Amino acid sequence: MQKTMKNKISTMNKNTRKNLLTYAIVIVAFAVMQTLISTGSVSSLLEGLMVPICIYVILAVSLNLVVGILGELSLGHAGFMCVGAFASAFFSKCMRDVITVDIVRFLLALLIGIVVAAVFGILIGIPVLRLKGDYLAIVTLAFGEIIKNLVNVLYIGKDENGFHFSTKDVMALDMEPDGTVIVNGPQGITGTPKDATFLIGFILILITLFIVLNLINSRDGRAIMSIRDNRIAAESIGINVTKYKLMAFTVSAALAGAAGVLYAHNLSTLTANTNNFGYNQSIMILVFVVLGGIGNIRGSIIAATILTMLPELLRGLPVSDYRMLVYAIVLIVMMLFNWAPKAIEWRERYLRFGRKKKEAVQ
Amino acid sequence: MSFISYLINGLSLGSVYAIIALGYTMVYGIAKMLNFAHGDVIMIGAYVALISMTQAGMSPIIAILIAVGVCTLLGVVIERIAYKPLRNASSSLAVLITAIGVSYLLQNVALLVFGANAQTFPSVIKWKGLSLAGGKLNISGETVVTIVVCLIIMAVLITFVQKSKPGQAMRAVSEDKGAAQLMGINVNGTIALTFAIGSALAAVAGVLLCSAYPSLTPYTGALPGIKAFVAAVFGGIGSIPGAFIGGLLLGVIEIFGRAYISSQMADAIVFAVLIIVLLVKPTGLLGKKIQEKV
Amino acid sequence: MALLDVKNLGISFGGLRAVNAFDISIEKEELYGLIGPNGAGKTTVFNLLTGVYKPDSGKVILDGQDITGKKTIDISKAGIARTFQNIRLFKKLSVLDNVKAGLHNKHHYSTLEGILRLPGYRRVEREMDEKAMELLKVFDLEKYAHVDAANLPYGQQRRLEIARALATEPKLLLLDEPAAGMNPNETGELMDMIRFVREEFHMTILLIEHDMKLVSGICERLTVLNFGEVLSQGRTSDVLNDPQVITAYLGE
Repeated sequence: MQKTMKNKISTMNKNTRKNLLTYAIVIVAFAVMQTLISTGSVSSLLEGLMVPICIYVILAVSLNLVVGILGELSLGHAGFMCVGAFASAFFSKCMRDVITVDIVRFLLALLIGIVVAAVFGILIGIPVLRLKGDYLAIVTLAFGEIIKNLVNVLYIGKDENGFHFSTKDVMALDMEPDGTVIVNGPQGITGTPKDATFLIGFILILITLFIVLNLINSRDGRAIMSIRDNRIAAESIGINVTKYKLMAFTVSAALAGAAGVLYAHNLSTLTANTNNFGYNQSIMILVFVVLGGIGNIRGSIIAATILTMLPELLRGLPVSDYRMLVYAIVLIVMMLFNWAPKAIEWRERYLRFGRKKKEAVQ
Repeated sequence: MSFISYLINGLSLGSVYAIIALGYTMVYGIAKMLNFAHGDVIMIGAYVALISMTQAGMSPIIAILIAVGVCTLLGVVIERIAYKPLRNASSSLAVLITAIGVSYLLQNVALLVFGANAQTFPSVIKWKGLSLAGGKLNISGETVVTIVVCLIIMAVLITFVQKSKPGQAMRAVSEDKGAAQLMGINVNGTIALTFAIGSALAAVAGVLLCSAYPSLTPYTGALPGIKAFVAAVFGGIGSIPGAFIGGLLLGVIEIFGRAYISSQMADAIVFAVLIIVLLVKPTGLLGKKIQEKV
Repeated sequence: MALLDVKNLGISFGGLRAVNAFDISIEKEELYGLIGPNGAGKTTVFNLLTGVYKPDSGKVILDGQDITGKKTIDISKAGIARTFQNIRLFKKLSVLDNVKAGLHNKHHYSTLEGILRLPGYRRVEREMDEKAMELLKVFDLEKYAHVDAANLPYGQQRRLEIARALATEPKLLLLDEPAAGMNPNETGELMDMIRFVREEFHMTILLIEHDMKLVSGICERLTVLNFGEVLSQGRTSDVLNDPQVITAYLGE
């Protein structure tokens, strides 16, 4: 008994230690970059990548919650980012002259982006989570595309009589001459205050990590992972599958919304196109998750960071053209190596240490 | 008149979807996987045909045959290298993510080889088409040929699956892989054959698609591919007549949506169809119900 | 009053009557066996009792409570737990976490307490750890507590599945072929363990089994199922000597 208790305590520490290391890596990376930036030893292009890195880290970690922890493939993650971005940019643009303290306005915008994305997560999650596997993937993709499409036909203006909506064009808003267009269809929202900073992005990463890691290591997280590992057995011990699937999906959507808020407040013009909010983006985030290791939160952070910086680091080198090609090949090879039954058998035979290490960690 | 012309255009686009959807539905029925890269095989087929015609100066027929050959080989190689090792993987997500990787790979290879700029695809159909109702209703040659080709492919394929030995093997494998194996059917060979047929059809679809919409980029196949999967689900995944009906309906819905509702919303309407079908009748129009074994 | 009372239970799949007019009555703390040839519908009965399938006829009463046609999670909460013929563990969770998942509905704290690591989280998690370790100790699994369930040897996986089921504190435990794939030695140990579970936890157990040595060794009463219908029912020795049962088992 004594021994097992000790064993348990040491293992619990290991789990906590693993998480603490993840926080430490993020904090050190931030400190190093911040120092480099303040001493002017970083190119301005690279400096401009700091907020995008934060955005992608949050997106990758939150997607990993669905893919790695819940075990369902969502291809509409960018859609939730889109929702968060537009909701918050709309708010910030309206309130630009009303709330003049930048940080207060940004925090409110952040809250709005998160809440709206979470609501969309629930609304989309309820029907979608009844589906499984391939169907769930394709339907999330469909929802992502629909969101992107809807945003592109959305016109909102404001005059002395209040807000005007249309899905046709600016003229159809039928505003008084003093009215201003806030959301202008495919032209999106212009003039969002650039409130996002590296520091805010860094804090948001820490909050994301705190939420995701603590959720995973709790009663709810256990329930979510039990559904991933065996849905029928999870039901048989009384775990509410719908509730926990929805929980993981909604938290993931809300965090993607936060990333969207950062995105919207890092640019002066916000539009929705295939590359920022379409399924190309959703698949890019998935690439981060897979290359970082499905279910491995720290891996997602590292993969998102490196892969976002890579184009800049490789700029001018002849290999830069092959970057995407290499991602694709690495993705396929990693999937085969990690999941093919033959590869697993081979690993277990020749790489015994891998398995022992795994046991020790657990 | 415009209604009829939209309808015919819809049927034509739907025919292309139907041909692509066949590839999805057959592979899904037999290998139980969503071949995400199928749309990109279409794009490769179109590029091969384009190069054969413009650079090598071949006749359209030869160009199509070469495209079919290349795509067939490509489909079989993809299955062998990327999908077969994962057939018994513990998670069904594994093969789906790998398929996304293959899609990504094909797009980026095309990007490197052919460049990102859109290339103009010369129509393989020289015929001007029909002019009916005293010139009020013009139907292009591409439209007519696409619909006719689709009908021929459907008829041939249904006969093949019903009557021929390999076709019966396909049906057996899709019903029960284990039992088919016990009956002495070469399961691996049958799955490879399915990929070969699906990919050959993808090449045809690519040429037809680009003849009607003559702008070719490395991303040309992605969206029609996903829409064709929607068509396959709509018709009932695993069902060949279902792919046909689903494809035609989806094409008509898309063109009508574009014409009567909003051109920007056409894609959203197509995806909304998918969501509604999956929520109301997840097995599609002609699909069968599958119960999970406990 | 019987703990489990099933009357006229039945279900059809596409015209095929998989289970028909199934009756069973199990007393508290009884060890009851459900046997029959392959394809007789035994696992289907388990699936009906646990809400995996909805019966199209009949009634299931557990401890006076009507649970007919209820959802699996509600039946779990009402007090039926089960194991599966083809083991269904949470493979990537540790052995300890498998059992803690079983404790899910008995130990609560809110999501917020979990994320913010409030005192409620720490207290309840500690309770769960202690409870789970106790159970693992009963099944001699405590030294594997932090191993992934997938890496357990086969016999231990079967035991872990029982431990997980017991963690839900059921009134009735359903075991689906617990001895499948075990050698005679392991089967012997399993029999001891099932008896021990019954005594230690005052558990009522219904088990499906093919191993006649196990069935005759520990079951007090038996029901024989053939082609979805009850062929024979009663005290173990009587049932096993029933000529109808012998014919069904040996065939023509």
